[in-house]
Amino acid sequence: MPEPISGPTHEPLPEPIPGPTREPVPGPATGSALEMRGVTAGYDRRAPVLHGASLTVGDGEAVGLLGPSGCGKSTLARVAALLHRPRAGTVRLAGRMAYGFRHRAPRELRTTVGVVFQQPRLAADPRLTLADLIAEPLRATGRRAEAPGRLPALAASVGLGGDLLARRPHEVSDGQLQRACLARALVLRPRLLICDEMTAMLDASTTAALVAAVEEYRREHGTALLAVGHDRVLLERWCDRTVDFGALLPR
Amino acid sequence: MTAPAPAPAETPAEAPVPAAAPRRGAGRPPGARAWRTRVSAVLTAATVLAALLVPAVFPLDQQAVDLAAKLRPPSWEHPFGTDELGRDLLLRCVHGLRVSLLVGVVAALVATVVGIAVGGLAGALGGRTDRLVMRVVDVFASVPHLLLGIFVVAMFRPGVWPVIASVGLTHWLSTARIVRAETHSLRSRPYVDAAISGGASRWRVAVRHLLPGVLPQAGLAAVLMVPHAIWHESALSFLGLGIPAHQASLGTMAEAARGSLLAGAWWPALWPGLFIVVPTLAIAGLAGAWRERINPRVRSELTL
Repeated sequence: MPEPISGPTHEPLPEPIPGPTREPVPGPATGSALEMRGVTAGYDRRAPVLHGASLTVGDGEAVGLLGPSGCGKSTLARVAALLHRPRAGTVRLAGRMAYGFRHRAPRELRTTVGVVFQQPRLAADPRLTLADLIAEPLRATGRRAEAPGRLPALAASVGLGGDLLARRPHEVSDGQLQRACLARALVLRPRLLICDEMTAMLDASTTAALVAAVEEYRREHGTALLAVGHDRVLLERWCDRTVDFGALLPR
Repeated sequence: MTAPAPAPAETPAEAPVPAAAPRRGAGRPPGARAWRTRVSAVLTAATVLAALLVPAVFPLDQQAVDLAAKLRPPSWEHPFGTDELGRDLLLRCVHGLRVSLLVGVVAALVATVVGIAVGGLAGALGGRTDRLVMRVVDVFASVPHLLLGIFVVAMFRPGVWPVIASVGLTHWLSTARIVRAETHSLRSRPYVDAAISGGASRWRVAVRHLLPGVLPQAGLAAVLMVPHAIWHESALSFLGLGIPAHQASLGTMAEAARGSLLAGAWWPALWPGLFIVVPTLAIAGLAGAWRERINPRVRSELTL
């Protein structure tokens, strides 16, 4: 069982060190970006996917979650993003306990987490242009006016050319669409970014570019990261530490 | 023994068909179905134009009674003949078509709006609300809807609006089921998750992300509803419960023609019948073509 971990708050992150898991640096106790305790969740009452999983992501920390397909990684990520109501257990985001999930979660709590999903085609509303897609969370939270000022810089930071912003999802590639989805996840400046198999559909160079964009953003804003995947090499290079899914469950 | 032989010869000829099948919204329906769609389109356009323009261009009195010229067979003066009061049947058919089309279109709109509201509510909220609402739909669907419609018209004095209410308020069930199923499948898409994560309210998710995905199906259901509503208007009027007997509607004309039939006059019954059947089949044919474009794997039984 990993202990609750706290990382440096909103300070430039050190370069991720390639290689095996390294111990996080103990920092001031500021409350973790994500703290899950004994979470049991699933889609069938009788056969939950998760049995009492616990996971802590410190503020500003990057955690890689590894596991075979079907083991419940994505379910864990959905619970962490308050998108799926667990049967049991607690979820704290930035120290605040979540008492509701999906629409029942307070908007301020939901928006402390940004999520990038595995399949950009399914995660993007096919009717919106990329600009509207990225600005959607701003509109939803009544901050539409900020969109024109922030969009170009944000799009550029994820490597999305300005000429692409007027296009719709079916007119761009998977990689370009995933960049837009990343920008959408970052537009509200979340405390925690969850990348659920963000790069599974993408080629090596796009993967590298997206990871670099995430790291660039995190260096600037000190956002915590939960990267879910099954690519051990990638996650160990990317994250401060990696956790095997099995280690989250009680013995 | 000979049966297997032609099969390999046919296969290459048929193989390109699925590959060449047009994407949604691209091209026209393949081959032999194209002309049926065109015929449907032409007939629908002619129907709508006739109903809209003829009374404006020929401001003749459809109620003009000429007892001296009653039950005349079709002639140059009266192309469709005259009825038992000597009224011109062509003129009355066009005026009846106006009433029937008005009832059909408005009732279909009412049914679609109610259906989207009920189905969308059930589908978007899910859970207990969904089960409750859909059981209410099942209860309504268990009663023959013509009977329900008769109850509704019976509550009001005869006229166009009670008929619209009667047909509109009894035909939202299928639309509600379609919309509910579609909403349910859209609701579990990751882009809805992404919207919730981005702070979107229930209302915003419903209006901005679910409703646009449901509209094509609901629109198709609405067009399919128009001919059905026209039949119901005719049925109610034929039973004497719908449009008042003196007002021309396709149903009241068919009812009035029953007496003339016994007197040996076939024309007062033929024309209203044709005016019911042809436009409704044409509209249904158009809707069928639309459905084949939305979902090419379903062969519509509705094309002419």
